[in-house]
Amino acid sequence: MKGVRHYPGFLPLTILCLVVLYTPLIVVAVYSFNASTSITSWGGFSLRWYGEVFTGREAARFGQAAWNSITIALMAATTATVIATAAALAMVRGGPFRGRQASFALINLPLMVPEIVIAVATLIFFSTIGLRTGYLTILLAHITFCIPFAYLPIAARLEGIEGTYEQAARDLYATRAQAFRLILLPLMMPGVISGWLLAFIISLDDFIITNFVKGAGMETLPTAIFGSVKQGIKPNIMAISTLMLLVSVLFVTAAYLINRKGRQSP
Amino acid sequence: MRKLLLTWVFLASPAFAEGQLKVYHWFEYIPDDLVQKFEAETGIKVTIDTYDSNEAMLAALKAGKLGQYDVAVPADFMVGIMAAEGMLDSFTPEEMPNLGNIEPQWLDVPFDPGRKHSIPYQWGSTSFSVNRDVYQGDISSLATIFDPPPELSGKINVLDSQNELLILGSLYLGIPQCTQDREALKALNDMLLAAKPHWASFGSDIAKDVLVSGDAAAGMIYNGFSAKARAEGANVEYVYPKEGHVVWMDNVVLLKDAPNRENALKFMNFLLEPENAAAVTNYAAYTSGVIGVDPFLDEAIKTSPENNPPEGITPGVFAQACDEETQRLYDAIWTNLKK
Amino acid sequence: MAGPGRGTGSGDATYRALVRPLLIPSWLVIGILMVLPVALMAVYSFLTKEFRGGVIWDFTLAAYDQFFLDRGLFGDEPPRIEWTYITIFWRSIWQAVLATLLCLLIGFPTAWFIATRPARTRGIWLFLVTIPYWVNLLIRTVSLRFLLRDQGPMNEALMSLGLISSPISIINTNLAVQIGLFYSYLPFMVLPIYAAVERYNFALSEAAADLYASRWATLREIVLPVVKPGIIAGCILVFIPSLGAFLAPDLLGGAKTFMIGSLIDEQFRGSQGNWPFGAAVAMILMTLVLIVLLVYARAQGRAPR
Repeated sequence: MKGVRHYPGFLPLTILCLVVLYTPLIVVAVYSFNASTSITSWGGFSLRWYGEVFTGREAARFGQAAWNSITIALMAATTATVIATAAALAMVRGGPFRGRQASFALINLPLMVPEIVIAVATLIFFSTIGLRTGYLTILLAHITFCIPFAYLPIAARLEGIEGTYEQAARDLYATRAQAFRLILLPLMMPGVISGWLLAFIISLDDFIITNFVKGAGMETLPTAIFGSVKQGIKPNIMAISTLMLLVSVLFVTAAYLINRKGRQSP
Repeated sequence: MRKLLLTWVFLASPAFAEGQLKVYHWFEYIPDDLVQKFEAETGIKVTIDTYDSNEAMLAALKAGKLGQYDVAVPADFMVGIMAAEGMLDSFTPEEMPNLGNIEPQWLDVPFDPGRKHSIPYQWGSTSFSVNRDVYQGDISSLATIFDPPPELSGKINVLDSQNELLILGSLYLGIPQCTQDREALKALNDMLLAAKPHWASFGSDIAKDVLVSGDAAAGMIYNGFSAKARAEGANVEYVYPKEGHVVWMDNVVLLKDAPNRENALKFMNFLLEPENAAAVTNYAAYTSGVIGVDPFLDEAIKTSPENNPPEGITPGVFAQACDEETQRLYDAIWTNLKK
Repeated sequence: MAGPGRGTGSGDATYRALVRPLLIPSWLVIGILMVLPVALMAVYSFLTKEFRGGVIWDFTLAAYDQFFLDRGLFGDEPPRIEWTYITIFWRSIWQAVLATLLCLLIGFPTAWFIATRPARTRGIWLFLVTIPYWVNLLIRTVSLRFLLRDQGPMNEALMSLGLISSPISIINTNLAVQIGLFYSYLPFMVLPIYAAVERYNFALSEAAADLYASRWATLREIVLPVVKPGIIAGCILVFIPSLGAFLAPDLLGGAKTFMIGSLIDEQFRGSQGNWPFGAAVAMILMTLVLIVLLVYARAQGRAPR
């Protein structure tokens, strides 16, 4: 039984894969605790760069950038999730209808087109209609490319829910709205939450598009970090990176646990 | 739902300070203390975005950011270009009380006669530096970069700036700027292609860091940036090559449609105070164009070899703005170099 | 990438009636903020460039002429094929192909290994592989740059172990870019292959083994054809973003040569300021990607379900 599943060498390659994925992250996390100002030598353990992040010279700039990043990600993820949930209901529960293929292609278009192309097209668009680049333009661009990331988990979840639950509710004289609110929505919630988390992280992560459509004095964390690391990697950047790493890990763990819990219930 | 909407609107509206100032500036070119001093004196909140080449700044402004910034800091030739493109606002001498603090030689400049749009920020030069721990030989010629000795080959960073790289290349070959001479341009093209395998990287903002960290042993660099590399512990020597070097003056310009014109004028006037101009010089290690900065300057900056070239060096040249037809040729050479 | 899915049968009367209102928000948002901009970009690629950025609304083929035809440095020679940009595209494609192959080489065994774990631990392995993907790409690229530096931790470690006597120069080479792309998109390769292997019916392998097929012959002849859709999906998910990649060439490759991404960027934010040409390059890149996707969709359509 085990024989056909086992291939010699696959375990070492898997471990190599994980080593490659994690080494740079661990190295940066370790060096963020380096007491020395120089990144090239180890000067003992210290938390000074974490202090620097919150109180240092660049604290205000990074604080503002973090605020922008988080508020944009919150709004973009929420808006995209609402839009994607509606779309998933139509696509999965709407039966066959004309334009279903086209709608699917449209919703997933932001996944198919290379980011640099989206960035350039969006910049040209905003510049042509005369919309001043700034917070709003970043938000609009983020909502757009977040939609497919929110859509995919929601649709996948919805496909796994039988129509019989709602049917039963309807038989018991629940209104359509009640059937949705009390039965379908709770059932699809794990999908909605993972879709939202995915969209949130994707928005938080974006650099290329944001860099094209951001306005004067507007930075998000990735563009602020890019501005700094271009001149060399500083220890405080490593501390910020480690903190962001921690946030990402927390989010993914949450998404993973919610999804697993959801899979067990119905 | 309404609550959600309210939160949305609240989060989307930017914070309004008493007064604002939006500065578009070179990277690592203004000390934080000075910005804080200005903020404390005036109550104006300053936001600074940075760029790494004159051309990148121009491109961003043309792509919709004109009208969002109050001031920018272009070099001499770029002031001329921006003025010709109608991107600059002008001020009267009454609006700039400290205009008289400008050194006479920087007052009536060809790119802005009589200083109607701009004030001097700092001036300096562009050539190259060599880490003397790695190479002790003769470095008096631009050949150190364009036809390097084996010790330096593969350990050179050049500025990722079309304009400055092509001018230094032209100086090395003795070709005039903005030429349409076929043979000369072909020679420039061929020389750069032959030199490229010796270079490790193209980067402007990394120019100092690679010298300090040892990732590069030589590099094209600005004189003040090289002085900072030396101050940070790299044993680098900045060279005024025998073929010549690029001289530039960066200027603070008042941008057209500046959202905070009054604050911009206050800021420019502030920068013409000798004490404040000296603060910039002490930080960036170039030379200011303001009278009376001497008492405020650090001794190390005043006497730095980067700012005090030896007697008898070949004088530097200012960059010229080429016309469209000629610029196309230089663009093609640059693309060729990077293809 | 899985296609629109089957939906749940004939659907639900409630949602059948609401299809339009439910879909209109996504149509509007993506239509206005994505399709319209791309269409506008297509128009821009046929406009006349304004000196130093911007466009003049006169239609011309100049941008495509510049891309495909070489009229000499001075523009007065008879047109030949322009190799400059084809070379840049070719290099980007080649880098992306190498990165994809590297991902496949490591990603397939990893996906296989994970899919054959007991259900209990499978989730944890999968989780481990996906975490790095959720860390900001910029931070991952910078970390890699830090790690690979000539005086970086990797070289120091190897030297202190006595494995090498002088630092290996990886940074600022094409190899560094490939490692960067590989590192950026590896999870994209693992996940679809994992999904395919998980669905694979191992009875097929056992049957092959009963017929004295060797392990590797079974892998080649039986497994690969069955999990091929997953492999192809993984390759596409790695290939497309690698093609337009921007950070890895800039931060790891030393920005020495243009890649498609930096070539486009240079036209809008760099010294060249040629918007129509940038738009044309973006159009050509998008066309390439769409061709790859169409070929994929047709292959999917033909594949037996």
